[in-house]
Amino acid sequence: MESSELKGGKDSQISDELSELRMESSELKKAKDSPISDESNRRSSFPDEVLERVISLLNSHRDRSSVSLVCKDWYNMERWSRTHIFIGNCYSVSPEIVARRFPKIRSLTLKGKPRFSDFNLVPQNWGADVHAWLVVFAAKYPFLEELRLKRMTISDASLEFLALSFPNFKALSLLSCDGFSTNGLAAIATHCKNLTELDIHENDIDDKGGGWLSCFPESFTSLEVLNFANMTSDINFDALERLISRCKSVRVLKVNRSISLEQLQRLLANAPQLTELGTGSFTQELAQRQYEELESAFNNCKNIHTLSGLWEVKGLYLPALYPVSTHLTFLNLSYAVLQSDELAKLLVHCPQLRRLWVLDTVEDKGLEAVGSNCPLLEELRVFPADPFDEEIVHGVTEAGFVAVSYGCPRLHYVLYFCRQMTNAAVATVVQNCPDFTHFRLCIMTPGQPDYLTNEPMDEAFGAVVKTCTKLQRLSVSGYLTDLTFEYIGTYAKNLETLSVAFAGSSDWGMQCVLGGCPKLRKLEIRDCPFGNAALLSGLEKYESMRSLWMSACNVTMNGCRLLAREMPRLNVEVMKEEGSDDDGRADKVYVYRSIAGQRRDAPSSVLTL
Amino acid sequence: MAFEKDLNIDATELRLGLPGTSEESEKQTSPSLRPNKRALPDMNEESVSSDSNVTAAIKKSDQETAPPTKAQVVGWPPIRSYRKNCLQQKKTEAEIAGIYVKVSMDGAPYLRKIDLKVYKGYPELLKALEDMFKFKVGEYSEREGYNGSEFVPTYEDKDGDWMLVGDVPWEMFTNSCKRLRIMKGSEAKGLGCVV
Repeated sequence: MESSELKGGKDSQISDELSELRMESSELKKAKDSPISDESNRRSSFPDEVLERVISLLNSHRDRSSVSLVCKDWYNMERWSRTHIFIGNCYSVSPEIVARRFPKIRSLTLKGKPRFSDFNLVPQNWGADVHAWLVVFAAKYPFLEELRLKRMTISDASLEFLALSFPNFKALSLLSCDGFSTNGLAAIATHCKNLTELDIHENDIDDKGGGWLSCFPESFTSLEVLNFANMTSDINFDALERLISRCKSVRVLKVNRSISLEQLQRLLANAPQLTELGTGSFTQELAQRQYEELESAFNNCKNIHTLSGLWEVKGLYLPALYPVSTHLTFLNLSYAVLQSDELAKLLVHCPQLRRLWVLDTVEDKGLEAVGSNCPLLEELRVFPADPFDEEIVHGVTEAGFVAVSYGCPRLHYVLYFCRQMTNAAVATVVQNCPDFTHFRLCIMTPGQPDYLTNEPMDEAFGAVVKTCTKLQRLSVSGYLTDLTFEYIGTYAKNLETLSVAFAGSSDWGMQCVLGGCPKLRKLEIRDCPFGNAALLSGLEKYESMRSLWMSACNVTMNGCRLLAREMPRLNVEVMKEEGSDDDGRADKVYVYRSIAGQRRDAPSSVLTL
Repeated sequence: MAFEKDLNIDATELRLGLPGTSEESEKQTSPSLRPNKRALPDMNEESVSSDSNVTAAIKKSDQETAPPTKAQVVGWPPIRSYRKNCLQQKKTEAEIAGIYVKVSMDGAPYLRKIDLKVYKGYPELLKALEDMFKFKVGEYSEREGYNGSEFVPTYEDKDGDWMLVGDVPWEMFTNSCKRLRIMKGSEAKGLGCVV
């Protein structure tokens, strides 16, 4: 699971549970008593069994949400047949409310902290602890099978509790979480007899050693997905080798850097059925025979479509991957330091690529090779290798971006870190690729203008929103005036997520966005000159959104108090800094809708107004 | 002989702008209108390595024409902690494994960084520098230094002296070189022969 969104794909972008959970209130009664209900009764004189069957086939949360709002019968049929629940903000609802409405949940996806916690903007003990959820679910859903958490806190004790409370437990996925150590993983490995999936990805884990992997009993054979790529300790290779050879259904295997090329070859020999592979360290002095064995092992893996890892890659050994490259659709090189020619050579063999993640060490020349070799590319992410060293130039420029756009007209997802950009280049890119749904451009120096014209980057993002009518997610950067936000408010009618930093000239900018983007769900802002007027212009809007984040802006405590007073169904949280005098500023504000009321687990540094 | 210790500081000053841009037309990259900011305290000392979390104390001012912050801002660029820690680790490892030196060229706005361990001798190094900065170095002779080009590769050694690249045996060079500088034009003249 390499995507930065949890599995659930489109579903995870679906509107929140709140809209349907509001049926808990009087709307339910209204639906029953209104004249419409006669009509709907007639429509659902359709046999119940048929209706139930049809509804049970629905997977999309949006569809299920719509269905549940039709009438009470449909609401009930939907809630009895729902097995997977997605909760985008763990504080928008309580586990008790969830359990009361949905009796048959087997799979839960929960997201916790605001996204800016990934960048250390949220205090360590902020909350989003999953334990309360587990306790309720142990009582109400003893048959729970899947738990997927993103930006939640989970302790070792909770992991052990999980492992012991749910005998049918199958899949655990932790992304960007914290609070646990490898001891918790050991508990999972020891007790979850039916485990199929263990996906531990980019967490703040206390890695105490690799012994957890040896805790899978010899009798355990059900594993299908194992991802421990981001863990640092050595694991017992023999234990891993035996595990993989007895789990015949393993299809996803992502190992960590401690696994050498030679060991990788042995794993592949035992698991030619793999569909997704994360290699370990791709550097080792290999004798000719060893190299040939490696190549042969790759050759036998006819089903690998996703490849990642390649830590410390030696360009010399990349040709071993060629047998696999031809059918690759997703190549994640974001931890592999490759130069442009090394990438170019590899990409010649990857004509089927849909998704590519690289480090900017490949430079513009490397991106030209992308444009030349990967006509089917839909997603490109370019990460910076040296983001904090401003003196050193590596990296990609507007030229690389444009080169990709000429060669890859199907591109619809981009994440691009660069040190220079121009309005003209962005305009060209979106002209070549008008289907962007996700456009995340990060010009790494805050407030940097078009480096050729010295003008603001307003026209760049103007071009994006005017041309890309399907745009759902936008991250802006560079020197931007209110004009950018006027453009966004006017044109970005499908925009759901907007991230803004070091931009804008006045309240007007934020007001344009709040007033103009009907589908806006998540708005995160830092270091912008938006104040109370801007904050309060969104009063009505915030209830239709998942959340708002504003930090280092011009919002004051009084502004927040006013918001909290006017909108009782919103939680308005202010994070106070240590030792800051109460000069009235609200430095970090997090606003979200909730039907669970104020949370009771906030630390002292978080004030709920 | 060691060269002028009095370096032309301006020539080595880090600037933003295209190569060849003169100092007078140096561009400010930020607008006069800056968002109001204040110092962001470091919230999470444990989870972030010290290198990357120097907070920027940016003054509130409508007339602010501050250059881009060279100090680093908390949580910027927006890279996940995991990836950030990985990079720091990689950098440290690389620095232990290799001999990384900064390379500047007069007139070029940015520095580059190279690993001297990668090269087996001067010819390779010089070729790499030529490719990197798109210039041609002249003919080297012990007596006359570099002839035939306005570019002259020099380096600063452990003692702080600026030397001509090529004057000492390769091993001695890699052990003592702290940074490289490709001098240009009139600076380069008079660097003469090295005894």
